[in-house]
Amino acid sequence: MAELKDLASFKEEIEKCVKCGACRAYCPVFSAEPREGRVARGKVTLAKAILQGEVPLQGKVLEELSQCLLCGSCHVQCPNKVPTEEIVAAARRHIAEQNGLSTFGKTVSVVLGSQKIMDTLMRTGGRMTHFLFKKVPKDSGLRLRFPGSVIFPDRTLPALSAIPFRERVPERVQGERGKPTVIFFTGCGINYLFPEIGEAMLKILHFLGVTVIIPKEQVCCGFPAVSAGAKNTVEALAEQNFSTLKKYSADYIVTACASCHAGLTRIYSDMGGEFKAIADKTEDICAFLMKNGLLEKLAPFAQAKNFQAKEKINVTYHDPCHLRNSGITREPRAILKTLSRVNYIEMAEAGTCCGLGGTYSVYHYDTSKKIGAKKAGHIANSGADWVATDCPGCIMQLNDSLNHAGLPQKSVHILELIAREIYEHSESL
Amino acid sequence: MINPKIVDALEKIVEKAHVSTDKSDLICYSYDASQQMFLADVIVFPKNAGEIAQILRMANKENVPVFPRGAGSGLTGGSLPTKGGIVLSIERMDRILEIDEENLVATVEPGVITEIFQKEVEKLGLFYPPDPASLKFSSLGGNVAENAGGPRCVKYGTTKDYIMGLEVVTPLGDIITTGCRTMKGVVGYDLTKLLCGSEGTLGIITQIIIKLLPLPQAKKTMLVFFSSIEGAAKGVSKIIAGKIIPTTLEFMDGRTLECIRRATDLKVPDEAHAVLIIEVDGDPEGLDKQIHRICTLIEPFGSVAVHIAETAEDSEALWQIRRAVSPSLGKASPDRFTEDICVPRSKVPDMIRILESISEKDTIDIACFGHAGDGNIHVNILFDKKVSGEREKAIKVIEKVFKGALKLGGTMSGEHGVGIAKAPYLYLEVSQNAVSYMKTLKHALDPNNILNPGKIFLEK
Repeated sequence: MAELKDLASFKEEIEKCVKCGACRAYCPVFSAEPREGRVARGKVTLAKAILQGEVPLQGKVLEELSQCLLCGSCHVQCPNKVPTEEIVAAARRHIAEQNGLSTFGKTVSVVLGSQKIMDTLMRTGGRMTHFLFKKVPKDSGLRLRFPGSVIFPDRTLPALSAIPFRERVPERVQGERGKPTVIFFTGCGINYLFPEIGEAMLKILHFLGVTVIIPKEQVCCGFPAVSAGAKNTVEALAEQNFSTLKKYSADYIVTACASCHAGLTRIYSDMGGEFKAIADKTEDICAFLMKNGLLEKLAPFAQAKNFQAKEKINVTYHDPCHLRNSGITREPRAILKTLSRVNYIEMAEAGTCCGLGGTYSVYHYDTSKKIGAKKAGHIANSGADWVATDCPGCIMQLNDSLNHAGLPQKSVHILELIAREIYEHSESL
Repeated sequence: MINPKIVDALEKIVEKAHVSTDKSDLICYSYDASQQMFLADVIVFPKNAGEIAQILRMANKENVPVFPRGAGSGLTGGSLPTKGGIVLSIERMDRILEIDEENLVATVEPGVITEIFQKEVEKLGLFYPPDPASLKFSSLGGNVAENAGGPRCVKYGTTKDYIMGLEVVTPLGDIITTGCRTMKGVVGYDLTKLLCGSEGTLGIITQIIIKLLPLPQAKKTMLVFFSSIEGAAKGVSKIIAGKIIPTTLEFMDGRTLECIRRATDLKVPDEAHAVLIIEVDGDPEGLDKQIHRICTLIEPFGSVAVHIAETAEDSEALWQIRRAVSPSLGKASPDRFTEDICVPRSKVPDMIRILESISEKDTIDIACFGHAGDGNIHVNILFDKKVSGEREKAIKVIEKVFKGALKLGGTMSGEHGVGIAKAPYLYLEVSQNAVSYMKTLKHALDPNNILNPGKIFLEK
């Protein structure tokens, strides 16, 4: 049985916080709104107060706990390694259980379980058309990220794909003998919004001779539901993914979404037992490609005549928080530096959060925009034309931030750049 | 329950949005890095000296205490609302007002974060040396109020050496300025120096005039492992006696290294029982010469391994061991008291011996690291409060540590201040007459004892 840890089981971690204040230097939310309740040590102290029943579960305390991106920046930098993002997620579950999901309302984004919000979901405006949104299952994280009732008119959103990725491709794409077999855990972003990233993934894996399985019955990883404090949803999604994934025999489970990677590795591994097996097999695509000889196979491209003639594009890289926290920062840069058409530039503060934060930006769009604006400034100052990253969520937020700043730069998935290089090279042969 | 009149008055002075009596805010503004908690009745976030002056005048009228607070990173409880009342946070006063490149002077508001200020002046080739360990998150106002130090102080001095003048709201609510913007100035009492390190008891700092230096062109880092702490301490004395003042001269003792070995993958040789991290700065050509001379000076004292950084990345790698200290000690022991005694630098070896004998006699773990170059030793008394009697034992050890430092002509606190944590020990160091001199001053300036009461001096 999948089961998430409750708030009380974080007691020891909460005690580890010595309130030194180091988190004040790293929290993206705090940097946009410098108040003690916004920062990790404030939230950890509030979590303790909740456990001890010293603070009522209403009003400002809910707002403070909702004001967290779960990006883990504080955790990485904390001298005592206090896992604030996990404590906040557990506190949200705790509150949702005590108050009921609906009473949590807008402060912490519990959309699931609230029929009223679910209904308005179906009346989403703009490009989130009724017809297409119906295709997105009720428990998908996308529902949490785009509840119609709170979508802002000035938000740049990608169009929903008329045919989701998993419906476009066969369940198994055979590779070469002797090469690894992987399960592609697509996540909702790639399936419903960015099928082109999934297609790039298949092209690259085919190039390497890897056999790919894309199970039709996979569902949302559950990360947005973690953000929303919806315990039962997370557990149900984990169960379904587990029973789906165990049907296939593969060497790895690969992801091209930082949140899915965190969902499968961090959250599932905490559920213990058999769920840890999923976590152990999961690999981010950049790390997988590095281990499986992508660089060596790309290297000769540099000598190809058609590439030498082509203009290089200035590209920088944004670290998705949930890959940075797992130490995956070197691999995407190494890949970008190998690409013949790419002139790689490192931007300032590449590792700070883009401001999306699961469901955060839905309910705190103003703060989210402030955080995104800083990022957009760093992208522009770097001189890059494109900002590559390894997460559909970040792509969405980065493009929104760049548009708000009136900047011409665009965000792309690193896989699209790799796939284009492979495609252009094969065209020239 | 606070008189609603007071909350109303505050809301009139600063606008409603900048006043809070919400329980969650009271909790979030109840602590600092000293790990004690006191709930205030109301938190207020003023924007300028005028508002602060009005708040203090009202507080005097209503007889309610006011506790000024910077970033809440203090280690002695200096900003804690020990008597309820008003917490006055300067977080909204965070502008750098001017950087004057012709006169090497800057003017800032107190809420500016130390590192942000340093980065701004460094862009212009200027330098603000004080570098408390908390520089990434502590405020300049807090740094001035506590007279913060840091590793670079061995060469460049502490915060007070860079403060030329202040704008201050007095406890009675008058706005005054102290000092001047010139390199020299001897008109009247040196109130600037008095207010530096006054721990928020004599006034609330609302503007700071800061002296800047030209940014040193280059720096070079080296790390030396020693087979004994005595060897390292003698090495330090030899460097200073050799007329070299490094920018930083940090040390860690054997117990600290052992904790790092256990908690991290960092390479610490088994035979190393102490380490020095030495940094020199200045003209690039002179640096190699200085490093070479330091190597020659310390060679006879049992160095186990010497690492000299050639690049900025190398230097960063050497500093990793220093950054690993706090988390490693945290893993080794659930609780610790961190004291920051300071002794004349030639007495560092004697102090280390005293600490070792305390540790042995009282069977308690003590790990030391700190700023060997200026004799400032961070003494970490390790314990587990869940084990009955350990906390009490650790508290007893604190007093022995202080007495040891004083016997060697040192002080109880080099950097952290008195606050509430060291108030019970004030008389160990400061004579009765000197304390009453201080108290007379405090009483004259703050007759109603409104501003940060209960700090520095123990109250009955």
